[in-house]
This record gives sequence, structure tokens and C-alpha cells, in this order.
Amino acid sequence: MSATTTSPESNQVSAPSPVELNPDDFRRSLLGSTLQSVLAVLAALLLGGLLIAATDETVRESAGYFFARPGDTLTAMWDAASSAYVAMFHGAVYNPDGSGLTGKLYPLTETLTVATPLILAGLGVALAFRTGLFNIGAQGQILIGATLAGYVGFAWQLPVGLHLLVVIVAGALGGAIWGGVVGLIKARTGAHEVILTIMLNYIAINLVSWLLTLSTFQREGSSNPISPPIAETAMFPKLLGDSFRLHWGFVVAVVATVAVAWLLNRSTIGFELRAVGANPRAARTAGISVTKGFVVVMLIAGMLAGLAGTAQIAGTEHSLTVGIAASFGFDAITVALLGRSKPWGTFFAGILYGAFRAGGVTMQTATGTNIDIVLVVQSLIVLFVALPPLLKLKSRRKEVAA
Amino acid sequence: MKLELRDITKKFGGFTANQNVNLTVEPHQIHCLLGENGAGKSTLMNVLYGLYEPTSGSIEIDGEPVTFSGPGEAMAAGIGMVHQHFMLVPVFTVAENVALGNEATKGVGLDLNTTRNRIREISDRYGFQVDPDAIVEDLPVGVQQRVEIIKALVREAEVLILDEPTAVLTPKETDELLNIMRQLRDNGTSIVFISHKLREVKAVSDVITVIRRGKVEGQVGPDTSTDELAALMVGRDVSLTVDKEPSNAIGSALEVTDLTVVGENGVVLVDNVSFAVAPGEILAVAGVQGNGQTELTEALVGLADHVSGSIKLEGQELAGRGVREVLSAGVGFVPEDRSTEGLVAPFSVSENLVLDRYKDREFASGPSLKLGAMRENAQQAVDSYDIRTGSVDAPVSTLSGGNQQKVVIARELSRPLKLFVASQPTRGVDVGSIEFIHKRIVAERDKGVPVIIVSTELDEVYALADRIAVFFHGRLMGIVPADTPRETLGRMMAGETADEVLPPAPWDDSHDQQQHEGTHTA
Repeated sequence: MSATTTSPESNQVSAPSPVELNPDDFRRSLLGSTLQSVLAVLAALLLGGLLIAATDETVRESAGYFFARPGDTLTAMWDAASSAYVAMFHGAVYNPDGSGLTGKLYPLTETLTVATPLILAGLGVALAFRTGLFNIGAQGQILIGATLAGYVGFAWQLPVGLHLLVVIVAGALGGAIWGGVVGLIKARTGAHEVILTIMLNYIAINLVSWLLTLSTFQREGSSNPISPPIAETAMFPKLLGDSFRLHWGFVVAVVATVAVAWLLNRSTIGFELRAVGANPRAARTAGISVTKGFVVVMLIAGMLAGLAGTAQIAGTEHSLTVGIAASFGFDAITVALLGRSKPWGTFFAGILYGAFRAGGVTMQTATGTNIDIVLVVQSLIVLFVALPPLLKLKSRRKEVAA
Repeated sequence: MKLELRDITKKFGGFTANQNVNLTVEPHQIHCLLGENGAGKSTLMNVLYGLYEPTSGSIEIDGEPVTFSGPGEAMAAGIGMVHQHFMLVPVFTVAENVALGNEATKGVGLDLNTTRNRIREISDRYGFQVDPDAIVEDLPVGVQQRVEIIKALVREAEVLILDEPTAVLTPKETDELLNIMRQLRDNGTSIVFISHKLREVKAVSDVITVIRRGKVEGQVGPDTSTDELAALMVGRDVSLTVDKEPSNAIGSALEVTDLTVVGENGVVLVDNVSFAVAPGEILAVAGVQGNGQTELTEALVGLADHVSGSIKLEGQELAGRGVREVLSAGVGFVPEDRSTEGLVAPFSVSENLVLDRYKDREFASGPSLKLGAMRENAQQAVDSYDIRTGSVDAPVSTLSGGNQQKVVIARELSRPLKLFVASQPTRGVDVGSIEFIHKRIVAERDKGVPVIIVSTELDEVYALADRIAVFFHGRLMGIVPADTPRETLGRMMAGETADEVLPPAPWDDSHDQQQHEGTHTA
């Protein structure tokens, strides 16, 4: 209850309002504590484990004679769940059966590779949220970023080093435009950013589909909607040699996290953005331009998502397709949610989701557990992250009713 | 019905909101709970109303112990409550609101006629003048409050709890409410009147229980002097009036000419207002809430959108400039509502103390904030303004109302000012902090800064003003001396101009004066 936050030094009895749900509760669930996030993940893994066990063949067989030998069922359940999670761990972090150090550590690098676009786009969502905006548009921003970066990558011929730099700038610019448009329209007309970003997602995906039918974008001699591969000079170099997919895009993600953390907590711009996010009226009264804040934050958020797109095209995919953003733009929302919209929280949440993606595949091949279980676990995490305010509401009702 | 609270203790976590409170409400009595904001009055009443479960202690009705697990049971036992914020559905009619939760039915249909008749009956008996078919949102605040009272009476409440009922009322509506309370008492309803306004409490109460920091500080009669009551409330002697030398201000630092503010919907909120404030002078703007004072202050600092006319500060035109520019031109601004306009709740005390100054060279180099300097600045403000907080890094939302307001005041007064504008500078602030804030404002005046104070509390207006400007319907009814009697101000606040209510200039003969006053008292 809110009274617990009242420090004993203050001479105020700030009794909590009795019944109504504080509208800030939802906000708090997005900005809540690290502990809550960790518990949400653990609870989701636990429930996921039960689900794995329930769908397991051996478990079902042994459940047939549960009352004769209940131990068998429990053992089978434990085996099913633990072997699935062990397989996932092998696929996501460390594979003891891998050949040499390379083979053993390959899963971890794979996790970081997948996490790279998640972290970058997640940062964009988190930053916008701290300014009070729900940026659902990371998907579109990734797509446009990847498109611009891709075009510069395959159409331009530039020297080594410079080319990659220009590709990165182009990707960031593409995302920034797609995000900035949202901020601009919202600032000018007051239109809601959720509607704007959702619509711009559709526009982006159809725009890319259409572009890929044009001769400028479509690969020569291919009837598929796929662009030519980008030049070698436009690609992110591999971070740990050619045996791993992990590329320098991950370093970009780390730098971006540091930069966003500084921006939010140590800079005047971040001060403005946070003030606008937490109390726009007070911000305006203090002379901070709220509308300018919207434009600035959507530019930066778009830029970050654009970098995610760049990481995709210059790091792993190397040519533009409609599916280049996969579902990263939407997963980024979950990542920001789990990371409580804090830069480093988002970073680690991104790595966790990267691990789920990387490990899920191994889990399916090794144990036959359906990869959809990973999706279920991810969804459960979201549910558990959103749960505390609901529980709080319930307990408050209980107190009222008691 | 005799209502007794015995040894009520209510804790929230480690915080004790009420400690061993004993209270007896006798029939035919207006029992006042007097205490500062946050003293624990509302918590106690929420315990009584079944909204909170007491940590320990018991409630007795006519000597029988009772427990309420919710407002429904409290209502059934004959306890009604009118909350500070009305619990009415704005788009419903009065009858629908009164019926809500207590519907008379005819078969499966609603029987609103029964409710209508009950409302008329009660309305007639007490002279409420409430039309059962009026839509609630169309009614003035005072009438909405009566609807709340009717709601309780229809449910046959024998004890009526009124939580800060006068906070939202005009002086006239307040007087009417006090009359209604007396009538209800005479008809047998006991009333628990929660307030921190000494004058009203003295005017209407039969018994006054003073609560401080969750404990009963004493029980006194209405004949206790205001100073004594205030001392009980804050636990030490306070002077309600601020010691200040008369202002020797001459000339004018701020000149406002033909200022007009038009709202979004085309309504004129400030109507062609002109006045001037001298350096080292406090101009207090009095008026009932919502008569254009808020918009006046917003126009002064550049927050209002459709402004015409001129605002000249030391010859510099401020009208048409943005907030940032106005503030950096040396204007300090304390907005009316600290929680929605003055502070960012999740921000720390030190961040809030630089909310409009974070870009100053003192706190930022280029794009980078100087967190150390911010903290140092906060520590200084905490020390010199006696802001009670665990740490300068604590979120400002953990502070009490009075301390939050001190943060706002400290922020605005901690830089060299050319004009200080404060709207409701002590609203919802405890008496101890009021005194402190008033002293700071007077100190700023004594530095030679022109000061504009907007307040709906006449006590505050009198305590601070060198001159008083009265607003009504966006128009300036006149500027009068600080010693103008309360009644005269009241008439101006109700729409009479200064020329109409003020006695003619002293060189006219006294006969004339009496006649003049006589014609207007009606």
C-alpha cells in the first residue's frame, strides 16, 4: 500500500485512497522493480515446465497408473521438464557436447546475436515509454531502417569502414524518420501515438513489399521479393571470427544501452523527457515544451529501432526481405516491459529473450518439445509482469471488504 | 443514536495513522474533528465508515459493539458520509444518483417516483432547493453537495460525516451549509464535521476534538479562541497573522494593461483587466475559485493560449512569450496545484528543486546534468526551508503536502526574482508550514520584489496583502486597501464593484457615507 512509501520522517499521514485503482498502477507495472521481473520469469518458467510435462508422452503413460505408482508420474514430469530446459540451456548458453571451445560457446554467441535487434528496438520502446508514449511502431521503424541501410548497402560502392558507417547512419535515419513522423503528428494534431504507430507499421510493411517489386530493389534474376545482397564492405564484421554469427552490431547495442542510460539519467534532454512522461502539466508549467519532447523522443526511439534494422541487414540477413524484422518490433515491447523501461533492464531482458529464441530451436530438436512452449513462456512472463498491480487491486478490495 | 469510537488504532505498514483515538458523538450534536492536513482525520472516518478495518479498537453504537465490513453496512447502521470529492455520476439526474445503490423497485423496473418524492420531501424540509430531475453536472458545486447530503438522509442516516465540506464552496455557500448543518442537528441528526478551517469550526460546532499526528490532542468547546485551537492543532503557538512592516512601495514594476484571456471554447476568462504592482508590494488577488484568477496567473507566466493586452515587467513586454522565456526573465511562479502542475511526483526532491532551472549553468554543462550540484542545491534548500525528507534523493511524492509545497516555494524563491506570482501558496498545507511560507513571501517582498498572491482564503489574503484586488467573472471589481472589511470584500466577490461598496472618499461628509452603505447592504 502506498502508506508504506511514506517515510516515518514525514509528518504526513498519507492514507491511501480506499477503493479506486490508482491509474498509476499500470504505469508502475512498467516501471516496477527488478525483483518483480525476476519473479515473473521464474514463475513463467515453472508454469511452462508444468505445461511441458503435461504434453509429454511418458508422463501421460505413467499418469495412467498414477494411483498405483504416483512416483513414476512425478519422475516423468520432472524428467520431461528438466530435459527440455536443459536442452534449452544447451541451445542458448553452453553446449557441453559441442566440438571444442567454439562448439561449446556457440549457443551463447547465438543468443547474443538474436538479442542484438531486441535490445536496440527494446531501448526505443522503453525510452518512448519513459516519456509517456506507447511506441508500438518499432516493427515499422526496424523495417524502414533496414530498407534504407540495405539500399545504401547494396546500391552504393564505398571504401571499407566508411561504407559500414554510412549504412549505420542510413539505418538510424530511416528509423528516425519513421518514428519522428509519429512525434511530429502527435505534437501538431494531438493524434494518439498508438494509432499512428500501428498504422505506420502497416504502411512500412506494404511499402517494403512494393519496393521489393521494383527493379531498383529486387534482386536481378529473381522473381522472389528479395533485394540483392549488400556489399561485403557494408556488413558488420564478425565479432569473434567467422565460426560465429555474432557481429559488431552487438557492440552497437551495448554502446546504445550506455548512451540511453546516460541520456535518460544524466542529460538535460533526458530530464525533460522524463518530466514530460511523468507529469506533462508540471513539465509545461516549468517551461519544458511537451510537444518538442514528443518529437525528440520519437526521433531517438525510431533511431534505435532503425539501428535494430541495421543490425538485422548488416549483421545477419544481408539482404532485404519483408520478413527481415521478423517479430522483433513486437517482442521489443515485451522486452521493454520486462526490463521495466530501464536501459540496463531492457538490455538483460533482450538477452533473455534472445536465449529463448536460440534455445527453443535446440529444445525442439533435442527433446521433441514443441517450440511454441517458448512462446507460451514468453507470454506468461508478460502476464506475470502485469499481474502485481492486479493483485494489489484485489487485496485492496479485500481490505475494503474485510 | 450515540456513536463511540474506543481506542481506535490504524496502522499502514509501519506507519501509525491513528493511535488510541477515543471519540463519542452524542445525538443532537455537531462534533468537529479539527486537525491539520494529514493529522489522520479522514483515516479515522474511513475506519468508522467501514472503508478501513481498524488495527485495534472498537466501534460502539448505543453501547453495542459493531463491526462494519464496508460502507454498505455502515450505511445500514445509520452512518452516512459526504466525501470531500463527491461520489456522484455527473450525467445522471439527482434522483438517479440518490437511487443508485438504494433503488426502489416496482417489479423489475426502477421506481424513481418514490425517490423523487423523498428528495422533494427532504429538500422542502431543509430548504435545499434541489430539483430531482436536474442533471448533476449542470448543478453548482454547493448544490451537488446537498445532493450528497440528501443521499445520506434518504438512507436514513442518523450520523452524518462531512469530510472537509467547505473546501469547494464559496463563502456564501459555506454559510448556507453551516445553516443546513444546524437544522439537521436540530432535527436529531448527529454530525461529524471534519475541517481545518478554524472560523467555520468555531461557528458551528458543539464540541471540538483536535487531532494531531493521529492522536487526540484535546476536546474543547466552541468558545475556545482561534489562537488556542491553532496551538492545539500544531502543538505550539503560532501567529496566524504575519508580522510585516507596512509596504513603502512606490512606482510600478509590473504593469498589466487591458489583459484579456479567452478560453478554448471562446469564453472570456479574464476580461480586460488592468492593474499595476509596485516593487516591494504584495497584491493579493481575492475571489471565489473559478473567477479568472487562475487564468490571470497563467497569462502572466505565458501558460495561457489566447491572450491579448500587455504585461510589462520593468518595461519589458512579457505577453506573447513562452513560459521558459518568462521564467528566465526573472518571474517566479508557484502554480495553484502542486501535485498536477508544480511537481513531478516520481522525481526526487533534488530533481524537483531544479525543475525549471536544470538548464542553468549552475546545474548543467552542455547536455550533461551536474548531479552533484543538484544535490548540493537540494541540501541547501532542505536546510533553509526546513523541508522534512529522508533524503534529497527520495521521490517528492513521499513528502507530506506541506513539505511538497515548501519544495515548490524553495525552487521559485531560490533565484533572483523580478516578479513573484503564487497561486494558492498554502492550499492543503498545515498551519506550521503556512506560517513559514507566509514569512518567506513577505521576506521576498521586503527585498523589493513585486508579489502577486492569488488566494481563495480570505485569511491568507488579509495576512499577506498590501492591497487587495477582487475578481468576479473574469473582471477586476476593484483594488482596495488591505484593511477593507470582510463583508465589503464578500460583496465584491459576489459581483459589486469597489465604487459601489466602498464608502466615498474621506473628504465627503459622513452622513453621505452611511447612506451609501445602507443602500447596498441589502
